[in-house]
Amino acid sequence: MKFEDEPVPGYPLPILPGHTSPGRFERVLRAGGFAVTTELAPPDSADPGEVYQRARVFDGYVDAINATDGSGANCHMSSLAVCALLTRVGYAPIMQISCRDRNRIAIQGDILGAAAMGVCNLLCLTGDGVQAGDHPEAKPVFDLDSVSLLSIARVLRDDHHFESGRRISCAPRVFLGAAENPSSPPLAWRAQRLAKKVAAGAQFIQTQYCYDLPLLRGFLQQVEALGLFDKVFILVGVGPLRSAKAADWMRRHVPGMDVPDAVIERLKGAQDQAREGRNICVELIQSIREIRGVSGVHIMAYRQEESVAEIVDRSGILQGRMPWYPQRDAPYPSQRTAS
Amino acid sequence: MYAVRLWSVRHARGLNAFYRRFEATLLSLNGVFRALGYERLERPTAAVERVVKGLLFDCRMCGQCVLSSTGMSCPMNCPKTLRNGPCGGVRADGNCEVEPQMRCVWVEAYRGSERIPGGTAAMREVQFSVDHRREGRSSWLRLVREKSAP
Repeated sequence: MKFEDEPVPGYPLPILPGHTSPGRFERVLRAGGFAVTTELAPPDSADPGEVYQRARVFDGYVDAINATDGSGANCHMSSLAVCALLTRVGYAPIMQISCRDRNRIAIQGDILGAAAMGVCNLLCLTGDGVQAGDHPEAKPVFDLDSVSLLSIARVLRDDHHFESGRRISCAPRVFLGAAENPSSPPLAWRAQRLAKKVAAGAQFIQTQYCYDLPLLRGFLQQVEALGLFDKVFILVGVGPLRSAKAADWMRRHVPGMDVPDAVIERLKGAQDQAREGRNICVELIQSIREIRGVSGVHIMAYRQEESVAEIVDRSGILQGRMPWYPQRDAPYPSQRTAS
Repeated sequence: MYAVRLWSVRHARGLNAFYRRFEATLLSLNGVFRALGYERLERPTAAVERVVKGLLFDCRMCGQCVLSSTGMSCPMNCPKTLRNGPCGGVRADGNCEVEPQMRCVWVEAYRGSERIPGGTAAMREVQFSVDHRREGRSSWLRLVREKSAP
């Protein structure tokens, strides 16, 4: 049965030789493009309209949208549901999977379900501790860690069986990602940890916010020395800071987030701190793009999602390229939102 | 005990050397263990293991000990029970995201591994998540059984 007003499903693309997923995100990276990804904060709501509304602000500016999985251990709409809604209209979501809330039985089921709904990209995370969120009394699961999760997902895709060994009839065609935080101790071992994730199956990496360029360069040199540039695409995490006060709060309360004093001082000195935050972000992106081994940026703009378009525009990273969005190829495309 | 746990990491080299000898002795006793019956030995051995490793490492009896690959810092003391290295939430001072008063067990693990010959190479190996059926069982007996198996 088909209703007239049913959304047009996102048709899967053919899988190109050497690719593991039918997704556009993998295509952009393998074609050598400088990819732009961002983060959609799932709504505290059961209304699908809110998901589409939150996705629409990125139209034409990003190659893929991360759907967070209870980020900061706070309760929201599930990442699987957000991704299923997004793929219905053709967006390319990156489904974040955290090990905090589900065990290996639930997670493997979700990976199959997500792939069945057209999700092509997974980001395998350990997850923040429950103490960070709005349900500190919850039981932390952590049956898997991010590295085990990567290897489970890779086995599902490449070896066509569950961790138990039981066969699956159709493998999830997914592009696998992981996170890394170059600014969290033990610094000397962060690149090694990334190597471990690559060995377990990571094909792309999205890093935590990086405001410290010398530190990032040092980290990438170590990654290169381990011979990983040919094996993994690295997207560096960036984002606009709203104010000096917000930045200071974030570095004290958001796990793994580091903002150097110099950045905070610069924000303090500005008349319009939010604007200065965006300026810093644009400058960062322009510098990051010049660093060898970087394949893109991951722009996290929590509660300032509308600023992503401006940041992408001003940094000029798309070089005239317009990433696909649902109305892009329509005969009368809707107006882009940014100035 | 937390202070003893940190001591153990500082003395990872000596403890590892001792453990190597201990393991060799255990392996040589496979015949004896088999004659007595592994299942019969399970409870008393696990009890001894719990006391000894509990004192030295705050052992949680996961039943699949990886201390030699983690610089004598037990990964099960990580609130997220991570077995492949630290999460991204480690604080700037090297303490845990979840328990700010505690050193990150992985920051300690890397320190310990540098003191053990071949320790840093062992840290690079991917460890799969624990088999929860082994919880509370003796890691020593399992090791002897597995290593002696034809």
